[in-house]
Amino acid sequence: MPTVPAYSSGAAVRLAEMADVTGSDSALRRFLHGLPGVDAVGIEARAATLGTRSIKTTAKAYAIDLAISMIDLTTLEGADTPGKVRALCAKGISPDPTDATTPKVAAICVYPDMVPVAKAALGASGIKVASVATAFPSGRAGMPVKLADTAEAVAAGADEIDMVIDRGAFLSGRYLEVFEEIKAVKAACHREPGPDGTGGPAHLKVIFETGELSTYDNVRRASWLAMLAGADFIKTSTGKVAVNATPPVTLLMLEAVRDFHATTGVQVGVKPAGGIRTTKDAIKYLVMVNETLGDRWLSADWFRFGASSLLNDLLMQRHKLSTGRYSGPDYVTVD
Amino acid sequence: MAMDKQTFEYAPAPESRAVVDIAPAYGLYIDGEFTDAADGKVFKTISPASEEVLSEVAQAGPEDVDRAVKAARKAFEKWSALPGSERAKYLFRIARILQERSRELAVLESLDNGKPIRESRDFDLPTAAAHFFYYAGWADKLQYAGFGPAPRPIGAAGQVIPWNFPLMMLAWKIAPALATGNTVVLKPAETTPLSALFFADICRQAGLPKGVVNILTGDGSTGAELVSHPGVDKVAFTGSTEVGKAIARAVAGTGKKLSLELGGKAANIVFDDAPVDQAVEGIVNGIFFNQGHVCCAGSRLLVQESVADEVLDSLKRRMSTLRVGDPLDKNTDIGAINSAEQLGRIRALTEAGEAEGADRWSPECELPSNGFWFRPTVFTGVTQAHRIAREEIFGPVLSVLTFRTPAEAVEKANNTPYGLSAGIWTEKGSRILWTADKLRAGVVWANTFNKFDPSSPFGGYKESGYGREGGRHGLEAYLATAAEPSNERSERESERDR
Amino acid sequence: MKQAERLNVYKTYKLFVGGKFPRSESGRVYEVTDSKGNWLANAPLSSRKDARDAVVAARKAFGGWSGTTAYNRGQILYRVAEMLEGRRDQFTAEVAAGEGLSKSKAAAQVDAAVDRWVWYAGWSDKVAQIAGSANPVAGPYFNLSVPEPTGVVAVLAPQESSFLGLVSVIAPVIVTGNTVVVLTSEKSPLPALSLGEVLATSDVPGGVVNILSGKVSEVAPHLAAHMDVNAIDLAGADAEESARLQVAAADNLKRVLRPSATDWTAEPGTDRLLAFLETKTVWHPIGV
Repeated sequence: MPTVPAYSSGAAVRLAEMADVTGSDSALRRFLHGLPGVDAVGIEARAATLGTRSIKTTAKAYAIDLAISMIDLTTLEGADTPGKVRALCAKGISPDPTDATTPKVAAICVYPDMVPVAKAALGASGIKVASVATAFPSGRAGMPVKLADTAEAVAAGADEIDMVIDRGAFLSGRYLEVFEEIKAVKAACHREPGPDGTGGPAHLKVIFETGELSTYDNVRRASWLAMLAGADFIKTSTGKVAVNATPPVTLLMLEAVRDFHATTGVQVGVKPAGGIRTTKDAIKYLVMVNETLGDRWLSADWFRFGASSLLNDLLMQRHKLSTGRYSGPDYVTVD
Repeated sequence: MAMDKQTFEYAPAPESRAVVDIAPAYGLYIDGEFTDAADGKVFKTISPASEEVLSEVAQAGPEDVDRAVKAARKAFEKWSALPGSERAKYLFRIARILQERSRELAVLESLDNGKPIRESRDFDLPTAAAHFFYYAGWADKLQYAGFGPAPRPIGAAGQVIPWNFPLMMLAWKIAPALATGNTVVLKPAETTPLSALFFADICRQAGLPKGVVNILTGDGSTGAELVSHPGVDKVAFTGSTEVGKAIARAVAGTGKKLSLELGGKAANIVFDDAPVDQAVEGIVNGIFFNQGHVCCAGSRLLVQESVADEVLDSLKRRMSTLRVGDPLDKNTDIGAINSAEQLGRIRALTEAGEAEGADRWSPECELPSNGFWFRPTVFTGVTQAHRIAREEIFGPVLSVLTFRTPAEAVEKANNTPYGLSAGIWTEKGSRILWTADKLRAGVVWANTFNKFDPSSPFGGYKESGYGREGGRHGLEAYLATAAEPSNERSERESERDR
Repeated sequence: MKQAERLNVYKTYKLFVGGKFPRSESGRVYEVTDSKGNWLANAPLSSRKDARDAVVAARKAFGGWSGTTAYNRGQILYRVAEMLEGRRDQFTAEVAAGEGLSKSKAAAQVDAAVDRWVWYAGWSDKVAQIAGSANPVAGPYFNLSVPEPTGVVAVLAPQESSFLGLVSVIAPVIVTGNTVVVLTSEKSPLPALSLGEVLATSDVPGGVVNILSGKVSEVAPHLAAHMDVNAIDLAGADAEESARLQVAAADNLKRVLRPSATDWTAEPGTDRLLAFLETKTVWHPIGV
C-alpha cells in the first residue's frame, strides 16, 4: 500500500474505506475499545531504555540541527503583543545570528489574533505560521465559537491549526462527538490555493491534552480517533496543564501513527509539546522517532517539537560542538 | 547545515576502557592471598568480542582446592561465631564498594563476557550490589526468618557459577552464604574469571577476614574437585542441567546440602488480548537480553494463532532495530557470544532447526570480523517435536509455536523437563491468574519478562533444579534445618577441646 | 454336642493403587510375622511394575488433588482421622502384633497417628501463609511467592514405626496437594495396607495415596529412577541404600529428603511439610 500524506486527497479516500468503524457511536466505541491495551510499566520501561541511547559527535550534530528545524517556536501568553511575536519570528528565521549555518525553525505558533502579525513578520522565510484554535487551551466552547476561531486563523493565513479536543466529551465516552468535531474543524481548515498554488488548506494538528486523558489506553484511543477523523498531526499537550509531553506518551503516539500507517497507508505526524527544554530531552525524542517510525518521519514535515526555551539550549549545545567550549546564556538571544 | 534527507546514524559511543586496569596475570585467592596454582598451571581469558587476550589466570588443581577448602573451614569457626550484626556490616561494606566501583566492574564484565555495557552497567552491577544490601540486612535477623529460633550455618560452601552473569551470580551465591555465617570457596566460569578476581580485591578493601571468601579459577575439573571435596559442607551450583545432575550424583550419600539452579526452556505465552507493543518488547527482552545467555530466557514463544501474524510482523520489525556489535558501545543491544564453544553449540542447534524444517529469519546486520557473533534469530513453524523447541540453546534464538486455546498453551508450556520460568501476556486478570496457577515453573512473569530482584525468590521446578535464590527463601539453602548437620557445633567443640 | 469354636475370617491384604485394591501384578506374596515369628498374613510382594502402575495412578490424581481448595484437602485429611478413630482397635492390634508392642503402647501409637492426621489437616490452609511471601521488589511490580506441591512423591516409609511413622510421612506430603506412592515398612506392612481401607472411605480421591508393600531393595530403585516421580522421601532407607537411591534420583533431579534419626512421637515441625513444595514467584506490573 503506497504511503499518502494525511493532508492529501488520497488520504481522504483511505479514511473513507474505514467508514465502517466511524459510522456510528457504537461502532466507533467498539473499535476504539478493541485496540490492544497498553501496559504502563512496559511502555515507560521502553521509553526509558531508548532514553539511554548515547548520541555523540556527528550524530549529535545531526540531531541538534534536525531538532532545531522541527521546532514550533511558541508563544501562547495572555501578554503576547505584536512586538513579542515579531521578535519571536526574527528568532525563528535566524536562531543564531552569529552562525548562518544554523537551520530555521519549522513554525511560529501563536494565538489566532497574532496570525497576521506572524505572517507578515515571516514573509517568504518558508517558516510556517501555526495557530492554536478551538477555544484553546480548555476547548470549552460551543462548536460555532470553535469553528469561528479556526476560520479566523485560516483566513488570516495560518498554515497550520493546532486544535484541542473536547476532553470532557472524550472522557465521558462521547467518541463520535469528538470525531465529528475534528472533522468539522478539518473542514474549516479548507482554503482554496491561491493562483500561485500556495496557501491551500491549513494542516490540522489535534491536541489531546494527554495529561488530562490520564491513561495510556485513552491516548491510544484518542490517537486513532483523531487520525480516523483526518488529523494531519497528533499532538500531546497544550503546555497549559501540569503534565505535558512525556517520552512514554509520545512513544505511544508514535506507535499509533506507525500502526495507523500500516493499516491505512496514511502518514500522520506527531508533535510533543510542553516541558521539552533540553537538548538531551529533544534527542531522546528523536531517538524514539528513529527507532519507532524510522527515517521517513525524521523531518519537520512529520515531527515537531512544541517548545520555546528548547531552542536556546540546542543553540548552546551547537556552540559547544563547533567550538569545543561550553556556551552560556549570554551567547544566545533571549527572544 | 542543509537539511537534506539523511539517516540518523548513531556515531560510535564507546565506554572508556581506561577505568579498568587488568593485570597481565592473576593467581588464586586463597586465605586472603593471591597465589599461583600449586602445579603452576595457567589459562588465558579472552574478550569474546575481539578474541584479544585480557589476562592469564591460574588453573586450580586438587591441591589448591584442598588448601582453599581448609582455609574456608578454618575461617568458618570465627566467621560463624561473629554476631550477625558484625557480619552484616561487612556485607554492607561490600555492597557499597560494588556501587563505588560499578563503572570499572561493568566495563570489566563487558570485556570478559561480551555483554553490552548498557546491560552490565544498568543491570548486572546494580543487581549485584542490591543483592549484598538485601542479605546484609538478614545477617542479624535470621531468627525471624522462619527457620527456627536459632538457625545455624552449614559450614564451608563450595560454589560454582556460570559465565552469563559472572558478578551477579557471584553475588547471588556469596551474599546469602556470608549473611548466614557460612564461608565460601567460589569457582567462577572458565571463560569469565576476572570479575570474581576483582571481587577478591573488594573483599580486601572491605577488610573481610581472610579465608571467608576464596576464589578458585579453573575449568570444569576444578569445579568437580571442589564439589566432591570432603571438607565442603554445602554445594551450590548454577549452570547446565547435565552438570547439575553430575553434581547431584557426586554429593549423593555425603550429607552435603545441595542447591541447583539449572537450565530452562521457558514458554512466553502471548494471548490474543495482549498489550501487543509491550508483549513484543517482552519477547525481545525475553530472548535477546544478554545474547540469550539466560537460563530463564523466554526461548519458546507461544502465540495464539489468531494474532500470530500480527505479533510476528511486529517482532520482526522490532528485531530489525536491534543493534549488534561492540559490547563497550553504549548503544549496543546485543553483544558477543561468550565463547567459540557456545557459538558452536548455537550454530549446531540452529542448523538442526533448519534441517527439521522450521523457517529461519534474522534481520540484516553487519557482524564484526573478529570475535564470536550470532545474529538475533527467530524460527517460525516450530513444533514441540523440534530440537529447537526442546533443548536449551542459550543464545539469541527464538522458537515460535502457536496455540489455539489457553489449555493448549499451558499444556505446551509445561511439556518440557525444565520448569524455570514462563511468561504470560494478556490484559485479562483472571486469565493471568489461571495461567500462572497452571504453569509448572518457578518464576512467572505476567505482562513483563526477565525481571529480577534480591527480595524475589528465583529457581526452578523439575530439571531446572532445586532451592531458591533471593528473598527469605534464599536463606534456606545456607541454613541447617533441624534434620541436617551443621558444622557449627562440632567446630566449636573442637575449639574448646583444644 | 458342644458347638465348634468359630474360625476367624482372615483378611487378604492387598495393595492400594488408584483407589483400588489390586494384588501384586507379579502374583507374589511374602510372609509377614509378628515379633515372635508367628505368621500374621501374606502381604503382596510388589514388583517394579506395581511401582510403575502406582506412579501412573499418582500422576493421574495429581491435577485434581492439587487443584482442590486447601480447605477441602484439610477436611479430607480430618475425615481420615475420623475414620481411623473408629477403627482404633483394629490398628492397635496390627501395630501391637507387627511391632511387638503391648496393647497400650500400640494404642498410644495409633492415637498419636490419629492426632497427626488432625495436626496436618489443619496445615492445609496455613502452609502457604508461612511458606509464601509478598516480595517488596525495587520497582513497580506486584510480586508474590506461593508454595505449590512438587508433584508425585515417592516415600519409603520408616521401617520401625510401621504406622505412626507411616502416617507421619504420608500426611505432610498430601496435605499440600502432592500425590504419593508409599512403600510400607518391609517387615510390618499390615497397618499400612489397612490404612488403604481407611483412605478409600475418607473421601481421599483414588490415586492420591498409593500403598505398596515389598522390598526396598527391589522397588525403591525403580521409584528413585522413575522420570515421572518428582521427589523422594528416603525415610525408610538405610545409609547405603540412601546413597544409591540419591544417585538414581539425580536422573531427573528429584527433590530428595534424606533419612535422619527421627522421634516419630515428637511434634513433627514443618520440615517434611516444606520439603515437597516448590516456590512459584509471580510478577506483574503495577500501572494504569
